Amino acid sequence: MSIRTTAAEAYREALPVVAVSAVGGLFAGVVLGGMEAELSQVPGLLLLVPALLATRGNVYGSLGARLASALHQGLVEPRFDFADRRTRAAIAAAMANGVLVSVFAALSGFGLLVALGRNHASLATLVAVAFIAGVISGVLLTLAVVGVVFIGHRRGINPDTLAGPVVTTTGDVVGIATMLFAVRVVLALGGG
Amino acid sequence: MARWTVCGIVADMMPVLAVLTLLELVSGVVLDTFQATLLRFPSLLVLVPVTIGLAGNIGSIMASRLSTATHLGLLSFEPTDETLAGNALATVGIAVTLFPAVGAGAWVVQALLAGTRLPLGTVVLVATLSGAALAALAVLVTVAATYTAFRVGADPDDVVLPVVTNTCDVFGVLVLFAVVRLLV
Repeated sequence: MSIRTTAAEAYREALPVVAVSAVGGLFAGVVLGGMEAELSQVPGLLLLVPALLATRGNVYGSLGARLASALHQGLVEPRFDFADRRTRAAIAAAMANGVLVSVFAALSGFGLLVALGRNHASLATLVAVAFIAGVISGVLLTLAVVGVVFIGHRRGINPDTLAGPVVTTTGDVVGIATMLFAVRVVLALGGG
Repeated sequence: MARWTVCGIVADMMPVLAVLTLLELVSGVVLDTFQATLLRFPSLLVLVPVTIGLAGNIGSIMASRLSTATHLGLLSFEPTDETLAGNALATVGIAVTLFPAVGAGAWVVQALLAGTRLPLGTVVLVATLSGAALAALAVLVTVAATYTAFRVGADPDDVVLPVVTNTCDVFGVLVLFAVVRLLV
């Protein structure tokens, strides 16, 4: 194959997937754009945005990849009653990872803000936002990933090609939307 | 062989996740630095997640294609290599196709929802320039990471993908910051 045909093939294959995730990213951006008030009220929250979004992708992307490989190997059954020991372990581990890393991001982010002398909200506020957003996004993304991988597998679609785009598309939207929800809850409870 | 206990999976992943989180906090610091500009021009704030996301995406697609080619023994790390040059070209092509549309999309939704202070042309130009620079950086990062994994004998599927995705995330914010500084 020449460079041109390789490039044309890679372009055609990847463009639709990237375009769909761009639309997802724009939705996430619209929510973030509407968060001006919360971002000003909770200084330092914006610092956590990339870390929290990346955590969603890293943790639940890996859950999707793990389940997809296990389906290929016949290690798990694509059943939704969660009777499967391995499925349960993978989901519980992903939830634990997601929440722990979110809280770790808030703690280290707070440390950075203090070290750099930046304006910042209280540690409790940032940790509470990260924790609440971590739990809710974990539930939603687990449902999305497990649902898509299992249903895809039953219909004969390679779950490997499904898991990645689904996580990148829903991860940003769910990540930002749950952050907005969490920050509103924390502000309503008197944080800031 | 993947472990299938909760503790096993958490222990396997936590160190990598912690390091990647610290890496992402670097781009968080950059965002925090230009928070005032972003809050004044929300159409730029709309661009933040999509720029980060697209940068990571085009990097990860190229990375997984190069990883597969390495596994199949189809890749030589020469600029004239068809797989290498072809995928690099496709990466730049995808960025140049999508980023102007993303800029226009960000401006349109923001204009409909809340009104904008920046002209359409500026937002499209910011997105397009960021996209072109990010595509070039994504190619460099991907090739460097795949080559390093190949040389040290690591499985590129395990290492390269998270490294490339998260590095491109950070570059996404840095490049956006630089372009906004230049144009706005």
